[in-house]
Amino acid sequence: MLGFLKKPVVVTAEINVNVVALTVMGLISRLWGLSYPRAVVFDEVYYGQFISLYMKRIFFVDDSGPPLGHMLLALGGYLGGFDGNFLWNRIGAEYSTNVPVWSLRLLPALAGALCVPLAYQILVELQLSHCAALGAALLILFENSLITQSRFMLLESVLIFFILLAVLSYLKFYNVQRHSSFSGSWWFWLLLTGAACSCAVGVKYMGLFTYMLLLAMAGLHFWHMIGDQNISNVSLMCHFLARGLALVIIPMAMYLSFFYVHLALLYRSGPHDQIMTSAFQASLEGGLARITQGQPLEVAYGSQITLRNVLGKPVQCWLHSHTNTYPIRYENGRGSSHQQQVTCYPFKDVNNWWIVKDPGMQQLVVSNPPRPVRHGHIVQLVHGITTRYLNTHDVAAPLSPHSQEVSCYIDYNISMPAQNLWRVEILNRESDTDVWKTILSEVRFVHVNTSAVLKARGFIGASLPEWGYRQLEVVGEKLAKGYHQSMVWNVEEHRYGKSQEQKEREVELHSPTQMDISKNLSFMAKFSELQWKILTLKTEDTEHKYSSSALDWITMDTNIAYWLHPTSGAQIHLLGNVVTWTSANVAALGYVCLSLWYLIRRRRKIYDIPEGAWQLWVSAGGLCLGGWAVNYLPFFLMEKTLFLYHYLPALTFQILLIPVVLQHLSEHLCRSLLLKSMFSALIVAWFSSIYFVYRTFSPVTYGEPSLSVTELKALRWKDSWNILIRKQ
Amino acid sequence: WDETHFGKMGSYYINRTFFFDVHPPLGKMLIGLAGYLSGYDGTFPFQKPGDRYEQHNYMGMRGFCAFLGSCLVPFAYLTVLELSKSLPAALLTAFILIFDTGCITLSQYILLDPILMFFLMGAVLSMVKYNSCADRPFSASWWIWLSLTGVNLAGAMGVKFVGLFVVLLVGLNTIYDLWDLLGNLSLSLVVFGKHLLARVLCLILLPLALYTAMFAVHFTVLNKSGPGDGFFSSAFQSQLIGNNLHNVSIPEYLAYGSVVTMKNLRMAGGYLHSHWHLYPEGIGARQQQVTAYLHKDLNNLWIIKKHDSDTADLSDPSSPVEFVRHGDIIRLEHKETSRNLHSHQHEAPLTRKHFQVTGYGINGTGDSNDFWRIEVVGRKAGKLVKVLRSQVRLTHVATGCILGSSGKTLPKWGWEQVEVTCTPYLKETPNSLWNFEDHINPKLPNISLDVLKPSFAEILLESHMVMIRGNSGLKPKDNEVTSKPWHWPINYQGLRFSGVNETDYRVYLLGNPVIWWLNLVTLGLYLLIAASTAVTLKRGVQLTSELKELSRVILHGGGQVLLGWLLHYFPFFMMGRVLYFHHYFPAMLFSSMLTGITWDTLLKFCAAFLSPSTTARKVYRAGFLALVLLIIYSFYLFHPLSYGMIGPMASDPSSPMAGLRWMDSWEF
Repeated sequence: MLGFLKKPVVVTAEINVNVVALTVMGLISRLWGLSYPRAVVFDEVYYGQFISLYMKRIFFVDDSGPPLGHMLLALGGYLGGFDGNFLWNRIGAEYSTNVPVWSLRLLPALAGALCVPLAYQILVELQLSHCAALGAALLILFENSLITQSRFMLLESVLIFFILLAVLSYLKFYNVQRHSSFSGSWWFWLLLTGAACSCAVGVKYMGLFTYMLLLAMAGLHFWHMIGDQNISNVSLMCHFLARGLALVIIPMAMYLSFFYVHLALLYRSGPHDQIMTSAFQASLEGGLARITQGQPLEVAYGSQITLRNVLGKPVQCWLHSHTNTYPIRYENGRGSSHQQQVTCYPFKDVNNWWIVKDPGMQQLVVSNPPRPVRHGHIVQLVHGITTRYLNTHDVAAPLSPHSQEVSCYIDYNISMPAQNLWRVEILNRESDTDVWKTILSEVRFVHVNTSAVLKARGFIGASLPEWGYRQLEVVGEKLAKGYHQSMVWNVEEHRYGKSQEQKEREVELHSPTQMDISKNLSFMAKFSELQWKILTLKTEDTEHKYSSSALDWITMDTNIAYWLHPTSGAQIHLLGNVVTWTSANVAALGYVCLSLWYLIRRRRKIYDIPEGAWQLWVSAGGLCLGGWAVNYLPFFLMEKTLFLYHYLPALTFQILLIPVVLQHLSEHLCRSLLLKSMFSALIVAWFSSIYFVYRTFSPVTYGEPSLSVTELKALRWKDSWNILIRKQ
Repeated sequence: WDETHFGKMGSYYINRTFFFDVHPPLGKMLIGLAGYLSGYDGTFPFQKPGDRYEQHNYMGMRGFCAFLGSCLVPFAYLTVLELSKSLPAALLTAFILIFDTGCITLSQYILLDPILMFFLMGAVLSMVKYNSCADRPFSASWWIWLSLTGVNLAGAMGVKFVGLFVVLLVGLNTIYDLWDLLGNLSLSLVVFGKHLLARVLCLILLPLALYTAMFAVHFTVLNKSGPGDGFFSSAFQSQLIGNNLHNVSIPEYLAYGSVVTMKNLRMAGGYLHSHWHLYPEGIGARQQQVTAYLHKDLNNLWIIKKHDSDTADLSDPSSPVEFVRHGDIIRLEHKETSRNLHSHQHEAPLTRKHFQVTGYGINGTGDSNDFWRIEVVGRKAGKLVKVLRSQVRLTHVATGCILGSSGKTLPKWGWEQVEVTCTPYLKETPNSLWNFEDHINPKLPNISLDVLKPSFAEILLESHMVMIRGNSGLKPKDNEVTSKPWHWPINYQGLRFSGVNETDYRVYLLGNPVIWWLNLVTLGLYLLIAASTAVTLKRGVQLTSELKELSRVILHGGGQVLLGWLLHYFPFFMMGRVLYFHHYFPAMLFSSMLTGITWDTLLKFCAAFLSPSTTARKVYRAGFLALVLLIIYSFYLFHPLSYGMIGPMASDPSSPMAGLRWMDSWEF
């Protein structure tokens, strides 16, 4: 029992000095003078506002990506005690003293610094020599663009960190797999792969590309396992399930959890509320919830309601009417019914109130007990202030002549009978007898006589002319093809009407609603809505001074000026190390050509290199080149505004390819000793040139020291670079 | 329906007037040819769907398309027969295509799709045929099929750019084929070189030559000016008889007081245009719109004025002519509305970072924001500006921005013309360069301009650029309900070909739902079968020779067809243009072939497990018969869709289609 006492307790620690040294160097290079400049640098102006919103717990929607990255940045702010009070309005604005610049920038910088040892480890795991691995780490270390990008509140360095971590842990897993399956470290690395992948995706959707690459690799390796007849069917199945769990299920769960934390943190209403549905808005503190809190849930005959168009684009609007009528003749000579206008109005107004009326009864109050309106019921909608009925008929609408005009009916005795019966169709119903619910139900109004559907035409250019006060047009759509949000409405404000008399009712309509019941959306409903909005919300396709096309990136024909000192010539640019970029391109090209050459020769059964070397060449090079391709090529299909920093993940992979190719060249193509030593000398010279370029450009990487005009002009190695030179 | 487009274009060929379409010309040329041969005289206007043909002879064109459409059935039959070596599989495929209402409808009218599908299936068939001739390379039949593949590829590309996908399919197949040959050590490298050369010749050079020849014919036939002129550059237009630039003689140098039109140098750039309409509320200043317009119009005319002098002394015939020089500051007055070209620091309607360009002022008096500096690219100060040949940049004096066309289409309030902005980013692109096209100045002598004649290669390049622009310009409009690619395989929604109301003769393009859903199910089934077969083979399970053959058919034959389906379907998810239901039909052909192969193999697998009892054959036959009967019965139910329906809508119980409206989204 006490056997363990018989042996001494030994702790052996193995420290790879390389890794430690690299980490220290990485930290120094990334953390040096981190809080300089104390001013908003480039996209900090964009991410900063989200950090502030996190600090204030105010809800927002950012269409650029999922929330993990923003949350990590905000974590830095939280640790530094940031209160969120800073106006992020322009690049170059000085930070006030309450902004903990150092701790805000710390996390991205740490992530950037850790990429250096990660690169080393990856190449070691790919079975390359330590010398090559060291080279790769140094290349990453001296890459100016990666340094610049990781020193500010930006997400790329965090993304690259997670990508590299995912790759490394998959490789570790794969190597452990060879001798011990289902061991502790096997599970650890497998799970870490999944976790790192989901973090990468959670920071930016670009992470998906690497995730897909790893999935494909895992699939390929599993396919080889299937071919191995030493493995029994059962253990094959176990392998498959373990991989499915760790690489698919867990990442998905983690991705969901990011949103859970995001929504849990942000519970106050804020500037982006109006993008979301009423139900979502009602779940936030303040804003709509303040109004709708305590409304009756079920819409009944006699209910007073406001109807919001579900589309909410470009502005949210409510069904509205007012005493003015349609002009008898429009500008282009077409006629109208001259009845009262019905529009969609983007502001809250007492004229947005409507009363649901049973066609069979005269009364406009809710009976006791209330009779709820169900799916398929026929109702009339009475405008609260003018007590006219919502009506549509076979008259062309003012702006869209293919649709029917919608009006509030006035009896002019000109053989135009009232057609004011509408069938309520609840679209998100669970059964056909569902009750029409406030906020939750999405409702379509189908006109009984003509089967036209009530629709708001809410895009720019659909606002009515002067006579309609530039409000948005509402029409009856005859050819209602399928589901479109512009034809769907929901009840936003709601109360049971009590006043029989018109005068009293007006007073009632002007008074704010208050009653009982509150409702909450489930997390999944909130998540799916938010996710859908993030994916579909399209910000305007903007042109930016520093935007570039994907083709410019390979040759680094473009740069981005991040910051300029207000008085001196000190400035920060996103600018890569020219030698590294060029050699990375040469390496990629060389790799492709050599691989094709080998492939064709092997096909003819000519083997130039030993089988082991070939396997290494394929697996290591395939991973690096594949990583470059999946992170780069998709940008050619994207239509959004692109910047040089989008290329950095691809660049990282491409840099890792350089040592792979170099090692292969020195081992298999430099056959004589003389050639080998010449090659080594060349490598040394090449490395010193990389260091030289790094030193030369470090003033624009770190922003200090400030350079004179002639020095700046000397740095402009390419005409297309935009180095800012202050006019005397 | 779309007959109005393609029929009209057929007429254009017969009348030899130039037009512009986003598709390459072969399909329309064939339609035109068919019409010409059958005696159609090209006079029917094809104005709107539903117009009666009256006495016009249209049957030739329709018959031609229908003939090509019916060729699909034997093609598919032969392809499947070749791939699976099984008669029932081929028959099943043929039945599916014969009895699919969608295929019938689509090939009954004057459309490009039957022609496209004809060439596409032709290419696939000949590819499969030459693959099966692989055991006797360089024989006569091998050469015939190989070159036929090339010819069909050129045909498919020449009808619609979708033909590119079948080129891709054949390309991948050829690469695979060559790789196979390379690994065969019994072939010397010389023989391999011969193989390679033969394929390069037949699959690359031959189609390219045919494709180019097609365009040569297109441009030779269409030598009269027509509605498509404005899409092309000034140089191109000077080739067309009847165009105002053909054999034109105009004053060579630009002078003050001239009336001019300005054309954007971007490929398919429009003319600088303005009209009485104002920018709507909320979009910059409420001043008169300035746009780029692709068609020739009086509203494209502008008068060049000095920035500081009045109109009066210029219209005086006795005053001397003064030429515009590089670097001059000018004012451009719109001839019809007498407003000046104007810009200011309001954001442009679509490109928010640019400045808005408007028409401003009354009768030519405006403000200092109307001043533009005119600069000729590559010239020194003080040089004159040449009409047509000078590339001109207009810099706004007050803000320093450059007049340009962003290429984006304005919404309805701008009549879907192209946005014109003033860009503050001083990049040198064709977007911000203009040339003067028409130039009217009675005081100047005219000279003839024949220097502009473009070479054929330039014409070819330009017409392709214009077509690609046109294609990507077909964007769905705001709020318009469009067909989404995921709708297609589930047969979610059809296309109304003619007739809306109860009394009309209605034709509705919708696939036979039974067949389409069968296809859909088969796709999943195929993936299952293929995956399990592949795993079985990989695990090294010993199979009988019969089963081995079956798994070869399912993996190799089926794989090829599946690849075809993928190539013809998935690219649509990435397209930004307007998509229609009928875009799915090429993919549907592949899907049907896959159905044939898969069910045949599945039934054979089932039979193999039951063998050697006699029930095996019975099961096989019964399954096959059941499928065929199902298809025929469903066709009987749905045949009115393609042969036309009269009477009440299907929602009415008295209609013949009552009860057949299985999905709410079908509109018959």
